[in-house]
Amino acid sequence: MISTLRASAGFLLRRLGFYGLAGFVALTLNFLIPRLMPGDPATVMFARFQGELEPEAIDALREAFGLTDAPMWEQYLQYLTALSQGDLGLSVAYFPAPVTEVIGVALLWTVLLAGVAVVLAFGLGSGLGALAAWRRNGLLDQIAPPLLSFLGAFPYFWLAMAAAWIFGFQLGWFPLRHAYDAGLDPGFTWAFISSVISHAVLPAGTMVLAALGGWLLAMRNTMVGVLGEDFITYAQARGLPSRRVWLHYAVRNAMMPNLTGFGMALGFVLSGALLTEIVFAYPGQGYLLINAVLAQDYPLMQGLFLTITIAVLGANWLVDCMTVVIDPRTRT
Amino acid sequence: MRGLLANRKARLGLGLLAVIAVLAIAGPWFAHDPLAYLGDPLEAPSARHWLGTTGQGQDVLAQTLVGARLTLGVGFVTGLLVLIIGALIGGTAGYLGGRVDDLFTLLINVFLVMPGLPLMVVIAAWLPPGPLTMMGVMVLTGWSWNARVLRSQVLTLRNRDFVAAAVVSGEPAWRVVVVEILPNMASLLASAFIGATIYAIGAQVGLEFLGLGDLSLVTWGTNLYWATNDAALITGSWWTFVPTGLGVALTGFALSLINFGIDEVTNPRLAATRHVAGPPRSTPVMREEP
Repeated sequence: MISTLRASAGFLLRRLGFYGLAGFVALTLNFLIPRLMPGDPATVMFARFQGELEPEAIDALREAFGLTDAPMWEQYLQYLTALSQGDLGLSVAYFPAPVTEVIGVALLWTVLLAGVAVVLAFGLGSGLGALAAWRRNGLLDQIAPPLLSFLGAFPYFWLAMAAAWIFGFQLGWFPLRHAYDAGLDPGFTWAFISSVISHAVLPAGTMVLAALGGWLLAMRNTMVGVLGEDFITYAQARGLPSRRVWLHYAVRNAMMPNLTGFGMALGFVLSGALLTEIVFAYPGQGYLLINAVLAQDYPLMQGLFLTITIAVLGANWLVDCMTVVIDPRTRT
Repeated sequence: MRGLLANRKARLGLGLLAVIAVLAIAGPWFAHDPLAYLGDPLEAPSARHWLGTTGQGQDVLAQTLVGARLTLGVGFVTGLLVLIIGALIGGTAGYLGGRVDDLFTLLINVFLVMPGLPLMVVIAAWLPPGPLTMMGVMVLTGWSWNARVLRSQVLTLRNRDFVAAAVVSGEPAWRVVVVEILPNMASLLASAFIGATIYAIGAQVGLEFLGLGDLSLVTWGTNLYWATNDAALITGSWWTFVPTGLGVALTGFALSLINFGIDEVTNPRLAATRHVAGPPRSTPVMREEP
């Protein structure tokens, strides 16, 4: 018992080390990208302010963004110190608000929306895939894979536009924009929560629809492989109840590759979520991202890249924790 | 290849792709000038403008056809570049093994776990907009998936007897890789290329939708960018975004179908019609019920 615990802890620590490294690479890329690009980053960044600000003010801004004439390693050290104090610089679009403040609340909305959508898509898709493989060539197996892979071929944000047009504009079932009614005060009241839910149906629903096919197919194809294994035949030959063979023998084994893929798909789904948010003017990271692009707000863009990366790395580690619980092989 | 043509899904996918390719290559010669102001803004589809007009009175059909050319061109070239870089890095890691493999695998995993879109945005925003920037950014963030898949395949092939025989007989490393290993993973390379192309088309449309493309060019991504900017949703003018979206989806679907076909041809278990396992049926000791 103790040795398995120690093995699990070792595995999780190794993964944590890897995510730490990946996070560090992201931090460094974030530092290097503007400095490796052609031209002077400060001039590009402050082009918006030309004529509005005194040269002295621009020099002060340069200082604030760490774009000084100091040698690269010194700038890098300054950058790391600032980051460790939670300082991501000042936003240009929402000047003079600090980037962390601009991102703060938006991150919560994105995590809520994308989190719900990812978990729903993963659960539904894997479940349907497991069923489709079990009843090979049944009705579900015939219809769902081609239909869902066709839907999955649409860009996330295009499905969102279509859904907004049909269910929001034509039928008027769900609100078209924002995360809750403007007249409501955020809080734990029924009116607010129900407003949040009805605003989330379309964006989350389209994301689930777009991602469902991938999970379904991956699960179905792994299941087909697992179902051909001898231990399944043996379990059936022993006369175990068919539900038990399906769930405890086939699904449990077929889950593992899908769960590993979950972590990697997360970044992809999150990218889709960002574009979906733009369509619905959902006040999350994606909405900030497009504002940052339009206003050429580089500090905000880079802050978004960092926070999204850290969110993805954290979620990946949570998935690793789940793997330890489900798959005994990681514990030995 | 003949096996692929015998597969129903692959045939459908190839046919669909051929139709799209013909439309993309020949269509623009017959369509209106996509940038000319030909009618009133947001005209519904009519005999004059089969797919209506955009918010600036441009012909939607012409924009869809002309957009297909650049989008698909950039998509396929990027797919090829992603494949080559993925194969180079993955192949080197899998073939050399040891320290080099450890290092490359770490690099691959780091890039795999980093979210692509925000990274692409951060890089693309600093560079002048245009197809070349787009391609560079997509290659930089997209190579890792292929590298991972190809690495593990090279790793298994490397330990086969015929490769060992080639190494022992003194063939240089590049020859072992090019002549012995690569031909044996042709189907994997093909599906990796298709997967990379699907990714490239999707990423490109997404980035341009964000406004990071060259907005003076007509591509599927900029079409959708202008559709939202000209308030397609609020005015209910579905014709400004439905044709382009269908184009993206049909292309992606056709490519996926080809990939499913390759999967089924090379992995007989997926195509097998024999009963693998499933809900148990009664043991056929007695005659089956009608």
